[in-house]
Amino acid sequence: MSIPVLLFASYADAFGARRLDVPIDVPCQVADLVRVIRSMPGGDRLPAAPLVAVNRTWVREDVAVQVGDEIALIPPVAGG
Amino acid sequence: MMVPERDVLHVAIVSAPIDVGALLSRAQAPGVGAVSMFLGTVRDLNDGRPVSGMEYEAYGPMAESELRAIAEETCGRIAGLRLVVEHRVGTLEIGEASVAIVAAHAHRAQAMDGARDVIEALKRRVPIWKREHYLSGDREWLDPTKVQA
Repeated sequence: MSIPVLLFASYADAFGARRLDVPIDVPCQVADLVRVIRSMPGGDRLPAAPLVAVNRTWVREDVAVQVGDEIALIPPVAGG
Repeated sequence: MMVPERDVLHVAIVSAPIDVGALLSRAQAPGVGAVSMFLGTVRDLNDGRPVSGMEYEAYGPMAESELRAIAEETCGRIAGLRLVVEHRVGTLEIGEASVAIVAAHAHRAQAMDGARDVIEALKRRVPIWKREHYLSGDREWLDPTKVQA
């Protein structure tokens, strides 16, 4: 199965897309998801520990991801 | 902590130019004796490179909810604070405001602290990004973890 992950700004440029369908079985941990994303084309441009939000909330990498979650990979923020 | 909704008067991610006068009006109230406003504006030089404009992108729904959480936390710490916050997205020209924070209070110290607290937290926590457009034609997303933004 695969789950959608939202991309923004420099990460959208790195992957050439604003949404990735990541091939992984869920539930899984955020860290597992990031590992798979890193192996996809463009994934080598990610930092060591990219920020992740699930359902619009910051999460740590040991949080579980479920079917239907809104997952976003967040580049270093630069508002203001 | 429970925070009265009335203290956070307005929080929004907007694409139209920020109307500073309208935001100031929203913050006003008879009990207000001090209004502090922080404006972030697009400057023409960064890290020695001439800049022609700036493009802002947001994870809209999360940016708005995170900004609201920051505003509510700030009002929770500073009793009686009234906050109005807007952040703009899209392509901005030199001198245009990208963010406006209006903090109103009976007294100046709380008003000024309120505005500063919100902008500092915004820069740490709100999912918004900016890409500088340089006079040379290059464009680059800013990464505050690598450079002084």
